[in-house]
Amino acid sequence: MLNIRNLTKRFGGLAAVNDVSVEFGANQINAIIGPNGAGKTTFFNLIAGAMPPTEGVIEYKGQDLAGKSPDSIARLGVARTFQTTMLFEESTVLDNLIIGHRLRTESRLWDVIVNSKRLKADEKRCRDKAAETLEFVGLSHIGHRYIADTSQEERKRIAFALALATEPELVLLDEPAGGVNPEETDGLVDLIHKMVDHGITVCLIEHKMDMIMRIADKIIVLDHGEKISEGTPEQVKNDPVVIEAYLGKEDAEA
Amino acid sequence: MNRAIDFLLGSTMRWLLLALAVVFPLVTDNEYHIYVMALAFIWAIAVYGMNIITGYCGQLNLAHGGFFAIGAYVVAILTVDHGWPFWPAFAAAGLFGAVFGFVVGIVSLRLKEHYFAIFTLCVGYIIYLMIDKWEALTHGSLGIINIAPPEGFGLVDFTQTIPFYYLVLAFLALAIWLTRRISESLLGRTFRAIRISDDLAQSLGINLMRNKILAFVISTVYAAAAGGLYAGVVRFIGPEEANFIHTFDMIAYLLVGGIGTLMGPLLGTLLVTWLTQAVQSLEEYRMIVFGPMLVLLVIFFPRGIVGSFLGWRGRRMARQAPRKTRESRVDTSDPNSADATEARNNA
Repeated sequence: MLNIRNLTKRFGGLAAVNDVSVEFGANQINAIIGPNGAGKTTFFNLIAGAMPPTEGVIEYKGQDLAGKSPDSIARLGVARTFQTTMLFEESTVLDNLIIGHRLRTESRLWDVIVNSKRLKADEKRCRDKAAETLEFVGLSHIGHRYIADTSQEERKRIAFALALATEPELVLLDEPAGGVNPEETDGLVDLIHKMVDHGITVCLIEHKMDMIMRIADKIIVLDHGEKISEGTPEQVKNDPVVIEAYLGKEDAEA
Repeated sequence: MNRAIDFLLGSTMRWLLLALAVVFPLVTDNEYHIYVMALAFIWAIAVYGMNIITGYCGQLNLAHGGFFAIGAYVVAILTVDHGWPFWPAFAAAGLFGAVFGFVVGIVSLRLKEHYFAIFTLCVGYIIYLMIDKWEALTHGSLGIINIAPPEGFGLVDFTQTIPFYYLVLAFLALAIWLTRRISESLLGRTFRAIRISDDLAQSLGINLMRNKILAFVISTVYAAAAGGLYAGVVRFIGPEEANFIHTFDMIAYLLVGGIGTLMGPLLGTLLVTWLTQAVQSLEEYRMIVFGPMLVLLVIFFPRGIVGSFLGWRGRRMARQAPRKTRESRVDTSDPNSADATEARNNA
């Protein structure tokens, strides 16, 4: 699905991501973990096109994404969520989601001026898609609520719905369970499983280790921009290099 | 209750305002007031343009007054120096506004946030300098006099205040209509997504540059058209039309009325214009009145009159909505949802 080779991003002398090669299988949950400042979000930004890599290849469905703009990558079927969920506060939940399907529509200024059939059809498709994704994330009952009146967990789900409205095949989730309580985390885990059941490949960054160990098919561990370990949760959990990166050398030996 | 408010806020409200504007010259015999109103309408058209790029798309364009001046100068130069009639010159002003807006947009929109604002402030000043110094083209600080007024037809003579008032009103109605079309459509949603965040919009597959340039060009066409009309009524213009003060006046109108709302630009422009008239005796000291007023407004009503009102009403409706949704679940054809969206876009 996603085959990354020798991916490197340097900011001046600092290599935020250094020579990382990894392959993510289709229809799986792949997790990227690592201490703060390990380069996880930079890694995501490179895949999503928010910044071009210094070196390396990001092969997605046979195409190289490196150097492509974020919007063209989104149109190729890669969606993402952000650590902080940015939404239109002064609007309802459903209203916020309508824009998510815009990239699959063609209406231009002229359609808007003459109120063309194409525009009406496009608007309907976007509305239907918004309702559909809202249903998918289990928030149909708050479609009319103001964004300002939603909880942190609901916002996470809305962010998922917005990403899903773009009809992605690969979804990048940056700390999907950040700032929500354990029960709510379970609910989000179920939702991530549901996404995979519907044929979507998931990549996520998360700090909640118990959650990662429970859901990930594959984990890669980054530290100082380098991949230090890779494998199933069981393999990664018992890798001394990983324990050292998280806890320091002495604890790893103890 | 909500029905009643919607009734007032929706299209009924707009028709009512239009009716008021139509009868205004008939109920007042003070021609000066009609003239002030017509000028306020012209500024409102330009403010609608600023609302597209700054209100909906979130890019603070400080060259907006410059584009207004460009529209005015295109009409002035073509009618006075080249003998064009007003209407072709007016069309040329709109076209030139689009072309020049495209060129400036393609360069300046590479910058984000305050860098964009600072850059466009400079663009505005360069436009002022060009007008002031390029004497062969613009007559420099002498300005241009005897600009052709819009040609009338039949008995209609646009050199008279009342016919001109109706002409400007027609253009204002067109500007509001087009803004409404854009704001309610996927295009308006695209612009608003960019306003929330460039990164978010791009992650949703929105081409930032293309949409920002589109919003910018629409806004400069509004500004240039308003400037063209201004030249046609005032019939004398000078480099002062490009003074950046006008841009900041327009920002004030936008803030008072409600940035990013449909009726905010009109209400803000009219309110501030008439307040200015009311305290005219204070001359430059009127800023002592306006300054604190604007500060208080931004602190307590950052979304302006229309925006604050909509916020209050929207939350009210959202609180009442769950009762209805329980019966219908989320259905995109749910009249309540359609109403809410429409009312928000309308007002």
